[in-house]
Amino acid sequence: MLAQGEDVRLIAGGQTLVPLMAMRLARPKRLIDIARIGELVFVRRQGDAVAIGAATKQCALECDGLIGADVPLLAKVMPLIGHAPIRARGTVGGSIANADPAAEIALVAVILDAIMVYREETRSAEIAASDFFVGPMTTVLSPASCLTCVRFPIWREERIGVGFHEVSARRSDFAFASAGAQIALDGNGVCRRLALGIGAVAGVPLRLKALERALVDLAMAGRVFADSPAAESTLRQQVAAAIADVDPLSDLHASADYRRRAATSLLVRAVTDAYRDAKGEPHRAH
Amino acid sequence: MPTGTPRESHTVPIELAVNGKTHLLDVEPRMRLLDCLRERLLLTGAHAGCEHGVCGACTVLIDGTPIRSCLMFAVQADGCTITTVEGIAPAPGELSPVQDAFCETHGMQCGYCTPAMILTAHALIANNPAPTREEIVEAVSANICRCTGYAQIIEAVALAAERMRGRNQPARQP
Repeated sequence: MLAQGEDVRLIAGGQTLVPLMAMRLARPKRLIDIARIGELVFVRRQGDAVAIGAATKQCALECDGLIGADVPLLAKVMPLIGHAPIRARGTVGGSIANADPAAEIALVAVILDAIMVYREETRSAEIAASDFFVGPMTTVLSPASCLTCVRFPIWREERIGVGFHEVSARRSDFAFASAGAQIALDGNGVCRRLALGIGAVAGVPLRLKALERALVDLAMAGRVFADSPAAESTLRQQVAAAIADVDPLSDLHASADYRRRAATSLLVRAVTDAYRDAKGEPHRAH
Repeated sequence: MPTGTPRESHTVPIELAVNGKTHLLDVEPRMRLLDCLRERLLLTGAHAGCEHGVCGACTVLIDGTPIRSCLMFAVQADGCTITTVEGIAPAPGELSPVQDAFCETHGMQCGYCTPAMILTAHALIANNPAPTREEIVEAVSANICRCTGYAQIIEAVALAAERMRGRNQPARQP
């Protein structure tokens, strides 16, 4: 049915597509509802990843013990996705496949380098999150494809911490800028692994890999995450320098310059929170 | 039809259990649940506000959970149990404890958001009989009150929760 033409769209929760239709930004001739396909609704461990069926409702992840234990960054963002009635209908796959630049799940997928599994006619294939998003509301999937599952990698280190911050006009509205980080510390409390990124700033969620590498090197040298003003200042400089290279979106609500500044502050907070979380310290109020 | 595409007029049979009564309907696939409730079942308590999922005025309960009826097609609700504001009073002419509390604390001004606020409050209290102020704020934040009368709305939900907690206890002697 999907292969019949470009005016056919999949619908599951409808929390992104139906608003687009209401605003006439999407005008599909036919909708195929996949919400009740039970095979697309699951959360389970699969090797070193947690696999989530594309039609799994967002509200189902909010209190899922497996998500909380194995993909803590995903658990952290769930309450920030729209309001409870949106999460009651919205699906994990729908959020990713519709590729809103401000979508929290998409950002977490890019930060953790999740794997997207999809079907195209009879063929099943996989693609990394880093190659999946093309631009606002656009992915590499053809209109004849159906996202079936997303696999989020599990970090096996003992001391994991996460942080996530976003800014929006009203609580739970679309973010103007968002930032998330997941960190792993060794037995001495030194950062050994860091993944971070920003959302809603550019047309797609961005993972900042060069910044990750720079911060891990600086952490080994004791120059960041050292609870000193110098370490905090170094962290901020590094983050600001990395985000200076980003070409942000600009609209009525938030200029490009605002988005760059907001993303810098939010990412500093997210990384700091992640570090404190991994060390077992409470987050400071920002 | 501005698009020039041929309009398909076929309908789909659906079954909705609304406020305790089962309805068998034939609806066009493009009919939203909100329009179905308002136009076919004449349950006009669910309001059309922004019509793209932001304001919450169209909130109804599906299997006890608040959802946006403007973002759901009626065919997607086939087989579901739906509660609208018309279905929460215990008997005709009476009010539910939440409705009562909204009256007493003046938890409404223009009333446009009120049915959705009341359903949201019912769902909250059903899952959490003693919500904190923060939990009430979080729940009603899904609904926009453009009169900005949130303080009394929060007061109303807290009062209703308190009364519903005490409902089945023996009356105190004077």
